[in-house]
Amino acid sequence: MGTRVVRTEDPLFLSRGATYTDDLIDERLAGALHLTLVRSPLAHARITAVDVTGARAAPGVADVVTGVDIDLAPAKLSAVAPDGMVRPWLATDTVRFVGEPVAAVLTEEPYQGQDAADLVEVDYEPLPAVIDLRAAASDEVLLFPEAGTNTAAGFGLDTEPDEHLFDGCEVVVTREIVNQRLAAVPLETRAAAAVWRPDGDGDGRLTLWCSTQNAQSARTEVAGWLGIDAAQVHLITPDVGGGFGAKIGADPEFALVGWLARRTGRPVRWSETRSESMTGMLQGRGQRQTVTIGGTRDGDVLAYRLDVLADAGAYPRLGATLPYFTCLMAPGVYAIGKVESRARSVVTTTTSTGAYRGAGRPEATAAIERAMDLFAAEIGKDPAEVRRRNMVAPDAFPYTTASGATYDSGRYATALDTVLEAAGYADLRVEQAARRERGDAVQLGIGLCAYVEITGGGAFSEDASVEVHPDGTVTVLTGTSPHGQGHATAWAMLAAEHLGIDIEKITVKHGDTDLVPRGSGTMGSRSLQTGGVAVYQAAGELVELAKQRAAQRLEADPADLVVSAGTVAVQGTGAGVSLAELAVSERLRVDTVFDAGKPSFPFGAHVAVVEVDVESGKAVLDRIVTVDDAGTVLNPLLAQGQRHGGIAQGVSQALLEEVVYDADGNPLTATLADYAFPSAAELPSFTLLDMATPTPYNPLGAKGIGEAGTIGAAPAVQNAVVDAVSQLGVRHIDMPTSPVRVWEAIQAASKGNP
Amino acid sequence: MTIDTVKITIGVNGESTSADVEPRLLLAHYLRDVVGLKATNIGCDTTSCGACTVLVDGEAVKSCTVLAVQADQQSVTTMEGLSPDAEHLHPVAAAFRAEHGLQCGFCTPGMVLAAVSLLTENPAPTEREVREGLEGNLCRCTGYHNIVRAVLAAAGREAGM
Repeated sequence: MGTRVVRTEDPLFLSRGATYTDDLIDERLAGALHLTLVRSPLAHARITAVDVTGARAAPGVADVVTGVDIDLAPAKLSAVAPDGMVRPWLATDTVRFVGEPVAAVLTEEPYQGQDAADLVEVDYEPLPAVIDLRAAASDEVLLFPEAGTNTAAGFGLDTEPDEHLFDGCEVVVTREIVNQRLAAVPLETRAAAAVWRPDGDGDGRLTLWCSTQNAQSARTEVAGWLGIDAAQVHLITPDVGGGFGAKIGADPEFALVGWLARRTGRPVRWSETRSESMTGMLQGRGQRQTVTIGGTRDGDVLAYRLDVLADAGAYPRLGATLPYFTCLMAPGVYAIGKVESRARSVVTTTTSTGAYRGAGRPEATAAIERAMDLFAAEIGKDPAEVRRRNMVAPDAFPYTTASGATYDSGRYATALDTVLEAAGYADLRVEQAARRERGDAVQLGIGLCAYVEITGGGAFSEDASVEVHPDGTVTVLTGTSPHGQGHATAWAMLAAEHLGIDIEKITVKHGDTDLVPRGSGTMGSRSLQTGGVAVYQAAGELVELAKQRAAQRLEADPADLVVSAGTVAVQGTGAGVSLAELAVSERLRVDTVFDAGKPSFPFGAHVAVVEVDVESGKAVLDRIVTVDDAGTVLNPLLAQGQRHGGIAQGVSQALLEEVVYDADGNPLTATLADYAFPSAAELPSFTLLDMATPTPYNPLGAKGIGEAGTIGAAPAVQNAVVDAVSQLGVRHIDMPTSPVRVWEAIQAASKGNP
Repeated sequence: MTIDTVKITIGVNGESTSADVEPRLLLAHYLRDVVGLKATNIGCDTTSCGACTVLVDGEAVKSCTVLAVQADQQSVTTMEGLSPDAEHLHPVAAAFRAEHGLQCGFCTPGMVLAAVSLLTENPAPTEREVREGLEGNLCRCTGYHNIVRAVLAAAGREAGM
């Protein structure tokens, strides 16, 4: 443990390639029909007629299905949303976002699908689009008249704001901040394949392959939507080409693929194009925040309020509930006496929102970290000093915040001081002052972010099985669901720690609901602290079981036995028996469950250094120096990889990315040519520093690392861009801090609008 | 409506392949669906992501932007043809493993082939040259940090050079 181990999955990935859903070659899928969806070109409209006659007659068409053909109840995709907010399988009377499926075309060959789809004629009567979140909250135009409201979920809305919250504050600053909508863009789009012959060949069950981050919950969801028992669905997750939260659970299209397989009696395959994915796949963030921060002129923050208006998109899903985490984590790393946070999620005529790397926490961090800079600027103090002064002290843990989170462990000031030291903070400020003095066109900006986040907050327990086979190989079964994280290597390392068997002999399996019936998947940076610990625990229990069995065979006391290199031996003697031999007469397998019972709270600090051309407004990230402390590190290679990817996504939110809709609800960023996905040329290398403060909540001491980089990087870079032009009077620039936004902010500041 | 087909012959990973194809068939789909080699992935429909990058007569090409008929009589290398097997990886592929230059693996075949092409043209690139040379290949997992390191390592160079 703690050693740099290259991945066991890579030799295959780098020779034959991984096998994603669309790559499957399986005899059960022979002769499959290909699904092409006809999608709405309008954001909000009544459907007055659908004519599929032409499509039916097109070459290769086996079936064309519209909403009226489907015998399933519309799906409620959020547990908290009002009852009326349900999504039809194919729109029948109303479409609510551009990209909503209206008809399904099944063809023998994939290319025939688009030909036929183009022949489906749909008449629309436009309805007013609802894009602006305040307009949505006004309920002037209702997306679901039967629900009587556009509010999908609320957090803290029942409590009246405390009008005395900022009493006693010498300085109070308030600002509206947009945390823009983003597209997750895993490189593999959504895909599914299904076989279902209830009365024919096979076992009568629905066999569904799909790209998901958690097979078991996807199975339960699909079964529920189809109105069948979960046992009637065998769900299999092939290799998954990235998820970032957007592939949590099942999408309604997956169930539709299954339903179409039953209807046609033939296997059905579906793989969306990227341009379909840019409107069809769940998107992330999308919050309009109002921050208010108050304190003393000396720099003590006394009170903080965060009001959130969140965009749930057309059909409420996970995104509607994520502001819960934003509210919970509102005060970040600071010991603030009075905190109020509340959120309202509203439906709009746009793509539905869900989790995207960080999922509710980056929004909290961005808000408080911008607020700290606004406060520091107002009182004229160094933002590092103001942060340090207000941080939760290292001896205060477990620490319960005014917003109700109980942090496990942390050394927040140490993290901040570590990155400041490594970045050469004092020298940077000198350089910045010199450039300002000279009036250089390219100014230097230094941005800070200190953060704490919550990981493993969705599901606390996880299953694991470990079995040693008579040939000396080992199988590990896990309910987690890797899609790039390297669990095949990491979980093998954890099993090897107890068994002493080479990781090359350990196979980690996941994502097949027959093989692993229970599990909660990979999301929310939960895997190591739940699933990894479960594997570690299972291997430990297997060693104890092996000792019991070996004790009989070796006629020894189990207490005298030790396991190393896959062999149980009597300490101090040559006598021993291998685990493989013990597996010959009786299966040597342990199934276990680990329940952490609560989440953990990784933390860190980032310093970003940007250069901003004040004439063009262009900001370029020069350096980013980070501490991301997620407790005990199992494999630094993998942990750093998670940090790199996370940092890149945070940097990219700050500088480049945004999903944009026009006032009519037309997506303006619906292809990868239009959406500002970063390339290698737009990013620098990252400077990672190590700190490891274990959590007391699990035996490994591990917290989650998957999202930390994103949470820390975006505010650091945003703050750096604002800092670069602060001497021109700029106090805030919304993300992405694009050249036009920076330039406009400079112009506004010159006219007295900071 | 019947679509005329065209007979084409393309060398793929050293073996001759031949088929009657629709003129509109993309090379990426020819490789995946006609030849049955699935390592070449398709990540977009605007020639933006580079996941489908293959070598055509030694040069990196986005196979979603080339019609199969345009590759008639030419020689294509996919990732399957780069290394003899999983135990004997091509030096660039091996560097990707050693430097953890891949996570989910979806961009990897295109990225590795783009890197091979880059290093053929410039055997000793600087970090900046690697970053700019791979601009047409998108990765969402790695932040490019370790991809850049892998390419530099394959060239026997270090980051920051």
